[in-house]
Amino acid sequence: MLTRRVIPCLDVDAGRVVKGVSFVDLRDAGDPAEMAAFYDSEGADELVFLDITASSDDRETMVDVVRRVSSQVFIPLTVGGGIRTVDDMRKMLEAGADKVGVNSAAIRDPELINRCSKEFGAQCVVLAIDAKRVANPAYLRLQGEEPQLAEAPWQVFTHGGRRPTAVDPVKWAKLAENLGAGEILLTSMDADGQKTGYDLQLTAAVSENVGIPVIASGGAGELEHFYDALGVGEADAVLVASLFHFGELRVSEVKSYLAERGLPVRGA
Amino acid sequence: MAARIAIINTRAANLHSVQKALEKVGASAEITSDPAVISNAAGVVLPGVGASDAVMRAINTQGFAEPIKQYAKSGRPLLCICVGMQVLFEGSDEGEVPGLGIMKGRVKRFPSDLSENGKRLKIPHMGWNSVNFTEQAYTDSVFADIPQDSYFYFVHSYRCLPDDPSVVAGTTQYGGEVCAAVMQGELAATQFHPEKSGDIGLEIYKNFTRRVG
Repeated sequence: MLTRRVIPCLDVDAGRVVKGVSFVDLRDAGDPAEMAAFYDSEGADELVFLDITASSDDRETMVDVVRRVSSQVFIPLTVGGGIRTVDDMRKMLEAGADKVGVNSAAIRDPELINRCSKEFGAQCVVLAIDAKRVANPAYLRLQGEEPQLAEAPWQVFTHGGRRPTAVDPVKWAKLAENLGAGEILLTSMDADGQKTGYDLQLTAAVSENVGIPVIASGGAGELEHFYDALGVGEADAVLVASLFHFGELRVSEVKSYLAERGLPVRGA
Repeated sequence: MAARIAIINTRAANLHSVQKALEKVGASAEITSDPAVISNAAGVVLPGVGASDAVMRAINTQGFAEPIKQYAKSGRPLLCICVGMQVLFEGSDEGEVPGLGIMKGRVKRFPSDLSENGKRLKIPHMGWNSVNFTEQAYTDSVFADIPQDSYFYFVHSYRCLPDDPSVVAGTTQYGGEVCAAVMQGELAATQFHPEKSGDIGLEIYKNFTRRVG
């Protein structure tokens, strides 16, 4: 039976992992390859590396990071952050990434998803969505569509959550699937960092409306939150950042808990 | 010294991962676009990911189709991964370019109403799933020491339907039984990605390398 995935997410700035693991005696917690090997040994199902580098000079540094990590760690690796073109994606895939996330650039140019998917296959293309709850749902203007009322009370933000768009995440996820995305990485900006649980309503709304896997992100604080995201939230995978990095929980603890609650996981 | 294992350049996104996995287990592996190289290789890997037409076109335009068929007949170790396994068959519903036809059968998409215990299943089948190996796999093969029900990483929307059930080396469950691996003599093929399946996946590359000698 297909297992639910638990995916640590690491932020990389200028080639170094920021927010290190604090509970384990790593030689160098800032080294992406060492961190990746650590999470692999902990039973992580995949890894997401998010390039938070601001300057374009450091993009090459990220390619090098991906090359080093993928020659030492043999589990799926998704890379996101600053991907704007088919060539950006090609560079990451050739360096050893298995999937590449697009976000802001795809909002500006949805056909980017289609071009990447045609070139490398849908399985390589992850659409990252940052969504926030709003009082008055946005009107949609995607790809020449007539403006229409949003289906749900959320709005997509880009540029690391700084810039609002007139896009509804449910509709955007459906369009992205049609354009050839293979997976959705869905972050709730409201829940992110709050440790009060994933946004189950948002996650379920997106997951129910697409036929591709959805990774829930933002808000994990307790073991129960993972179960809820994979249960009522209908997520196929859960993304975790700080909770793992600061040692509050371990991947193995999350998996044992999920297994006890009857969800299929690998290596619990 | 020439590489003993040749990785066919199918221009697929997982070429380099396959090479890195082989290097990790101590093999010397070279990605090649030259069909003559595989005729002389002691082991060949046919990787693939993405669309089957793209992989078949890469095979055809570089003149690999006949040399691969000849190589398969030669009885030397051949390992095919994911779409590399799918193109062994006669054709795929995903595209128009005929497959290599080394194995009889077709490749079909998962039905869109795929479900398990009343719950609709997502396509692609993406993630770690357990593989039930057949008796055949536990004879002399690259799978021989892999524990039953080990988890491997899958990502695919199409699956192989071999005409001859005796070639099946392993199955997995996703809305029903799905062919996860086939074998025929020294030819072994996996729908899953051993190069993305952690230590247990590397074990398959280790076994393959050992068989190359």
